[in-house]
Amino acid sequence: MAHAATHDHHDHHGAPKGFFQRWVMSTNHKDIGTLYLIFSLTMFFIGGAFAMVIRAELFKPGMQLVQPYFFNEMTTMHALVMIFGAIMPSFVGLANWMIPLMVGAPDMALPRMNNLSFWIMPFAFILLLSTLFMPGGGPAGGWTMYPPLSLQGESIAYTIFAVHLMGISSIMGAINIIATILNMRAPGMDLLKMPVFVWSWLITAFLLIAVMPVLAGAVTMLLTDKYFHTNFFNAAGGGDPVLFQHIFWFFGHPEVYIMILPAFGIISEIIPTFARKPIFGYRAMVFAIASIAFLSFIVWAHHMFAVGLPMGAEIFFMYATMLIAVPTGVKVFNWVSTMWGGSMTFETPMLFSIAFVILFTIGGFSGLMLALAPADFQYHDTYFVVAHFHYVLVTGAAFSIMAAAYYWIPKWSGNMYSETWGKIHFWSSVISVNVLFFPQHFLGLAGMPRRIPDYNVAFANFNMISSIGGFWFGASQLIFLGVVIHCVFFSKKKAADRSWEGAKGLEWTVPSPAPFHTFDVPPVIHDDELAHGNTEH
Amino acid sequence: MGHQQQDVYFVPSKSYWPIVAAVSMFVTVFGAAHWLNAQPGEGGFGKPLFWVGIAMILGMFFGWFRSVINESLAGNYNGQVDRSFRMGMMWFIFSEVMFFGAFFGALFYARLFAVPWLGGEGHGVLTHQFVWQGYEAAWGASGGGGPEKIGGSFQTIPAWGLPLLNTLILLSSGVTITIAHHALKAGHRKTLLIGLGATVLLGCLFLWFQAHEYAEAYEHFNLTLGSGVYGATFFMLTGFHGMHVTLGTIMLAIIWVRCAKGHFSKDDHFGFEAVAWYWHFVDVVWLALFLFVYVL
Repeated sequence: MAHAATHDHHDHHGAPKGFFQRWVMSTNHKDIGTLYLIFSLTMFFIGGAFAMVIRAELFKPGMQLVQPYFFNEMTTMHALVMIFGAIMPSFVGLANWMIPLMVGAPDMALPRMNNLSFWIMPFAFILLLSTLFMPGGGPAGGWTMYPPLSLQGESIAYTIFAVHLMGISSIMGAINIIATILNMRAPGMDLLKMPVFVWSWLITAFLLIAVMPVLAGAVTMLLTDKYFHTNFFNAAGGGDPVLFQHIFWFFGHPEVYIMILPAFGIISEIIPTFARKPIFGYRAMVFAIASIAFLSFIVWAHHMFAVGLPMGAEIFFMYATMLIAVPTGVKVFNWVSTMWGGSMTFETPMLFSIAFVILFTIGGFSGLMLALAPADFQYHDTYFVVAHFHYVLVTGAAFSIMAAAYYWIPKWSGNMYSETWGKIHFWSSVISVNVLFFPQHFLGLAGMPRRIPDYNVAFANFNMISSIGGFWFGASQLIFLGVVIHCVFFSKKKAADRSWEGAKGLEWTVPSPAPFHTFDVPPVIHDDELAHGNTEH
Repeated sequence: MGHQQQDVYFVPSKSYWPIVAAVSMFVTVFGAAHWLNAQPGEGGFGKPLFWVGIAMILGMFFGWFRSVINESLAGNYNGQVDRSFRMGMMWFIFSEVMFFGAFFGALFYARLFAVPWLGGEGHGVLTHQFVWQGYEAAWGASGGGGPEKIGGSFQTIPAWGLPLLNTLILLSSGVTITIAHHALKAGHRKTLLIGLGATVLLGCLFLWFQAHEYAEAYEHFNLTLGSGVYGATFFMLTGFHGMHVTLGTIMLAIIWVRCAKGHFSKDDHFGFEAVAWYWHFVDVVWLALFLFVYVL
């Protein structure tokens, strides 16, 4: 059943004919990347639908539409679906599509395992989402699954196994990415000539392998506490519920960076293209990503300032957290410096990238506020936290993914998207997302707690504004769906191989759309083709 | 490493094993979740579904590995593929290290913080005053007046009996597998089979003693999964390690069969090495277990 992929061989055959053979039995990084992207877009809309339920309930004070338990299911599921179903798989999809093209490899290092990594995901989410239809309902204790609350009800077993499956998928995906980057680069593609996106994924993959097993361990202990009489998280047995929080956030904080480091990589590809300048401080960018990744392992307890940590721990985790602002500041400075004096144009990917730099920085600053332990006693578990992490995850991670989709879709589909509709999508999204999340800062500072279906009438106005922004933002994403479908199936405007005037890198040297097989033989790399080709000199 | 290049790349052909694997995993965990939630005495489809899933996973491993072994024997894999496999195995073992790290973290936290705090150590710990007054914290022993689930009266397994024996067994198995590896490299197939066979037997012996120890713990020491956080960490750590030894022993046995059939050459025996790495990893985890769970 095997054959060696010689150069001759591949010139004569393209994609397999049958649907099942092509999409289900695939070993092709482009097809698997496409599957990941379609899956994550689907999950984005499912998770988005849950968010619409949340915002509809919160439109006015008082119980409006849903039961409190269902509301809690929605907040829990919205988070799980968006984190593990939308953001993470879409980054993996981008890695699948772009990393082999960027480093001159024919495919991922372990293509069959790559296919398995993908196909676990739909099953994991069938398992997770099926709990919504079961008697007793789905998980409602929040995505962080804190015991003892999360251990009520039967759905926790399904949730835990779904998390196990997602973890297996992520670990295999990450191993594949590391092996591809370290072992499959074309001759001359030195580590410090790689695109920043590839660097960001190398470091992200390391984080994934380091922390997904820790999450698996944490939820396994939840499982035994619920079903096998152990007392890990039960004080009456000498355990401690706070222990779960420590282990969870040892996973959880690096997880936050798993969802933002690839975004840094994407933005570092797009801004130089449309500023028509090489990235400012390439090496500083790489080292900044590495330092952020390192620091992510020693800051987890800033999620737990309010549980009653010893004073020394509060102070250590506060300062360690604030330290992250330094490498992040380097990155923001370098993006701005890349634009400085460039001959800029403002196509949709660039608009999303600029919005990313500004809005992600706002999210970063509210993160600094939260990092202050004494101030966090006030902010903890309020809408201020909700506003903070939606600024970094929606206007940060999700915006970067949209920027990436607009930036590379000409390479994927061979067609240009509609620039007019892309810009409409951008402006509609960027305005509505601020209407949606900015008022939540004020709600949080005024004391509105998160994860509640009802609230004091004092919070009514800002909640209504936020909900209007939410419906508007949700509707705006239908434009995105329309732009993508139009581009792939109906667009008459063909994309050039180098789809953007200022674009550099190996991915722009192959035809658009990228043929089924690329780089069957290692390409000869000329430094001037690369964005960072001459960093050695 | 990017410079040791091939003339052509190898991309494996399409395969149905990944989708079989994904379906099998789903069936297994879906069955398991149903089974866990079944009321006592109630049948339900969870249990049979779980075992069907396990059978599917075993079949999938058999089929997937068979096709990979055949491709390897056919000489399809070049040096670059070999390096990818090596990296895959190394990073997999690293992920396993972190998995055990979660359980060791739980052990250290419970022992150094949670239990002493219940015993009144530190400032502002109110449980000791209002809930379990007079409880004297002790690790692995039932203090008087303590939390009701902290264990009742149980005894711990003494380190210098069976655990010491098991330590010696695993350390010896590390030696025998190294002898086998050197024999493979030198082309002494007979020594290879004996060394590897001895490793498999030592693995089985370890598991037998471990099972014996569990039986002792439950029957004579009253040490169970429910013996407070001590019992939880004890069985979670040793149980997960035991599962890994089981898996490693099965892998070693398969490699033994492959060696007996004449697979592997002096320079090309990644399958052997991967299992050897895994075995050493299991060995090192045991040393940490012996020290932190039994001795200290």
